[in-house]
Amino acid sequence: MKKMSLKKLAIAAATAASLSVTAPSYADGMKVAIIAPSASNDLAFTQSIVDAVNTLKDEYKLEVAITDGTFIVDDAAAAIRSYAKEGYDVVIAHGSQYGGSLKEIAPDFPDTAFTWGTSADTFGLPNVSAYEAKSNQGGYVMGAMAGAMTKSNVIGVVGPIEVGDAKLYVDGFVDGAKANNADAQVNVNYIGSFGDVALSAEAGKAHIANGADVMSGTAQMVVGAVGAARSADVAWFGTQANQTKLGKKIVVASQVYKWEVVLRTIFDNAKAGKLGGDQHEITLENGGLVIEFNDKYPLDPAARAAGDAAIAGIIDGSIKLSH
Amino acid sequence: MSDILTTTVIVATIASGIRLATPFLLASLGEAIGQRSGVLNLGVDGVMLLGAFCSYYVVLETENIWLGVLTGIATGLIMGLFYAIITVPLRAEQGVSGIGIYLFGLGMSDLLFQKLVGTPLPIDQFEEWPVPVLSEIPIVGEMLFQHTPMVYIAFLLVPVVAFIINRTTFGLSVRAVGESPESADSLGVSVGKVRFATIMAGNSLAGLAGAALAIELGIFQQNLTNAMGFIAIALVYFGAWRAPGVMAGSLLFGMIGAIVLQAKTLGLIPRAWSDIAAMAPAIITILALIIVANRFRQPAALTKPYVRGD
Repeated sequence: MKKMSLKKLAIAAATAASLSVTAPSYADGMKVAIIAPSASNDLAFTQSIVDAVNTLKDEYKLEVAITDGTFIVDDAAAAIRSYAKEGYDVVIAHGSQYGGSLKEIAPDFPDTAFTWGTSADTFGLPNVSAYEAKSNQGGYVMGAMAGAMTKSNVIGVVGPIEVGDAKLYVDGFVDGAKANNADAQVNVNYIGSFGDVALSAEAGKAHIANGADVMSGTAQMVVGAVGAARSADVAWFGTQANQTKLGKKIVVASQVYKWEVVLRTIFDNAKAGKLGGDQHEITLENGGLVIEFNDKYPLDPAARAAGDAAIAGIIDGSIKLSH
Repeated sequence: MSDILTTTVIVATIASGIRLATPFLLASLGEAIGQRSGVLNLGVDGVMLLGAFCSYYVVLETENIWLGVLTGIATGLIMGLFYAIITVPLRAEQGVSGIGIYLFGLGMSDLLFQKLVGTPLPIDQFEEWPVPVLSEIPIVGEMLFQHTPMVYIAFLLVPVVAFIINRTTFGLSVRAVGESPESADSLGVSVGKVRFATIMAGNSLAGLAGAALAIELGIFQQNLTNAMGFIAIALVYFGAWRAPGVMAGSLLFGMIGAIVLQAKTLGLIPRAWSDIAAMAPAIITILALIIVANRFRQPAALTKPYVRGD
């Protein structure tokens, strides 16, 4: 009996020792991996998450790995699995196209916290969380200012594919423009690509040829449309990251994503042993969405007032958005 | 429908189609020269990317657009030298070598961009050069003669390339090497030298295409070409390896893209159809390719390394 007890004790000790090796321990920080579709410095979608993680790097003692440029979903899936195998504590799949892969991979790594966006779907998995941006809020604010600014009453918008975050932003922008200028005609062009910079530039030129004097757009290919706006001296409203660098004379303001607001919750949850199962969102109310103005742009006070009123209205609930 | 048939819209659409066609035309003219001598280069897109980055970086640093253009050409020449060494004296399989060149250009352009630039910064763009007198012609002037210099260069290269291939001794040698390198060799034509020359010329045009793209857009981004180089290769088949045919293919591709963009801008294509419409240039070009390409045959020695006595 005594021998049996000793044996059990030895097994228990070995098990405990083994657990102490494999179970996540965040005393020395966390290992976080980002998988994202475009370049880390795209001044758009991918940069927004990279900037956010870097903001939290010291606070959470993060060891960060990034695989960017994974437009091909299979490449992203391989990277997601690889990071999970390597023992990363939190794996961020930053792209709504990665959901299918995550749904397959996450159950194989129950001790890893996966988070992805933009989406609200966790697939009912306990180690998957989802995050999204209420980008229609900032879109509405930008649209309100654009509606107040336009002299030709023609506004142009360039989008990638009519899904997810891009659709939300564009819909909000159109609503905001219409709410502030019922006569404004908002032409929206989804070019059908997240990566075709040349096509995005031509879409911008098409808007300008049709009389647009204010433009906006979303996704990483939008640098092309900003170039078209820059050439024609047409005002531009940006989103996802501060795009002032792309056109100091034409960028009026940018809706900037502060994903750190939701990442902080996701990291704290992971530390506390809650690896997923919940949804998060960034909004104007929680400070995850911020409107950053270009101080160098001579913004008409009436347009600025329209923007400020839209921000206040969304935060206090007096402006109800349709999405 | 009346919205799209206004003069302003038609002029803007055709001008847009010409602009969209330009990088394809430059790259596919270069590829056509190489293929006429029997060399397939699947690395066009990689050469374009590296040419685009190098020219972008030079313009960013020097603010000299024409130095950027020359840099794009020089980048193409260097890449061409590598490809020529690999495929001519070393006789590597052209398809695989081309893919290697593509991957090298894709990766290296991104690496250099990340290390040397980081965040995308705008550069000076080409300004329009209205052609004196011709640009004053109503409608036609605005459509055809109010473009940036790279547009004129690309379209002027069409008769130049056609003349060189069809009317010069060198062009005769190119065609002979592409059809029957053994016969050309027996007549004293250096197959290796001709192929070296066409590869270098083709790659320099691919580099120029990349430079034209980056400076026209005023920006560089990871994978800026978005596979334009591969479409350029398809346009060579569409154009039956002839400069005017290649131009027709590039214009078809550009024009359909421009029409779809304009129709979407004016709301003539419902949003639900937007993504399907975006595929129209590729679908229509493939259909046209099937119809046209079957009427012509490719150079007989295309993709075949030449070994004297084999």
